[in-house]
Amino acid sequence: MARIIVVTSGKGGVGKTTSSAAIGLGLALKGHKVVLIDFDIGLRNLDLIMGCERRVVYDFVNVINGEASLNQALIKDKRVSSLSILPASQTRDKDALTKESVGKVLDELSQSYDYIICDSPAGIEAGAMMALYFADEAIVTTNPEVSSVRDSDRILGMLASRSRRAEQGLEPIKEHLLLTRYSPKRVAEGEMLSVEDVEDILSIPLLGVIPESQAVLKASNAGEPVILDTESDAGQAYQDVIERLLGETVDFRFLVAEKKGIFSRMFGG
Amino acid sequence: MALLDYFSRKKEKQVSTASKAKERLQIIVAHERNSRHKQPDYLPQLTEDILKVLRKYIKVSDESFSINLDKKDGDLNVLELNIELHDEQAS
Repeated sequence: MARIIVVTSGKGGVGKTTSSAAIGLGLALKGHKVVLIDFDIGLRNLDLIMGCERRVVYDFVNVINGEASLNQALIKDKRVSSLSILPASQTRDKDALTKESVGKVLDELSQSYDYIICDSPAGIEAGAMMALYFADEAIVTTNPEVSSVRDSDRILGMLASRSRRAEQGLEPIKEHLLLTRYSPKRVAEGEMLSVEDVEDILSIPLLGVIPESQAVLKASNAGEPVILDTESDAGQAYQDVIERLLGETVDFRFLVAEKKGIFSRMFGG
Repeated sequence: MALLDYFSRKKEKQVSTASKAKERLQIIVAHERNSRHKQPDYLPQLTEDILKVLRKYIKVSDESFSINLDKKDGDLNVLELNIELHDEQAS
């Protein structure tokens, strides 16, 4: 049985797809069999972030409609053989997915994969509800900013009431907080909510803090998930997220602003 | 004096925007969480109807009556009525 993990947020543009890509690839690099599913029907983007956009032939909706088999639609990652991507349809709309048909696809994937990562669309409509419905765990991606935190709380409500686990009275979805675009410098200056602030408000366990980083844009430009950039702060922070997902205890890094030494001040280093 | 100003200004630093953000969020999130466990729409009408029936037979003041719909674990819903009866009516 696979662990089904939804990467969700409510608000758009907070880093769901970036995080899905990094986490999916990171778990696969650890030797696990991982499938990444893009649930954003009509606005496919995971393929771009993963760098496999030119290899999309069939998509999720084709599989649902029986126009292609899962094996035909799954794209094997060129970097890590244990990772596959199931792209969203670019032409259909969100109503193409039903609980029954999505459940069947997930069941089938569950036989051969260890992790199923569901990259949720923004919002709280049908598409987002479908992405979280079957989840065992949820990574609630949040920026330290008022509207994102509020929307995350709303999504937490949905996880607790609208998921399969809630409807069937099973053990609730395991929730994780992933704080992204964190700027320790601005936190120190009192301009940004701190990790503790967001934890206080949402009161769910912290999975990771990804610092605001230029590496993220570079990674998406190149179609190489940022976790591959092992030199970068964001890449390393995602690496820590993987360790924690796998049950390790890892200290949180990149929470304090780097102090500029006198030399870098003088020479602009 | 400028030097003194510099130090005193630091001390009486304004409330940071981050703490304002936190305060606002705590209030709105608490509010929205409450309305999430909102009672069903029919509850006010139900309350009124029940009271009407009760008052056919006994005296019930608004204060001695309470109604509550609770979701227990699983799919069990409990409708709880609390009616305080005064001695004279009980006899």
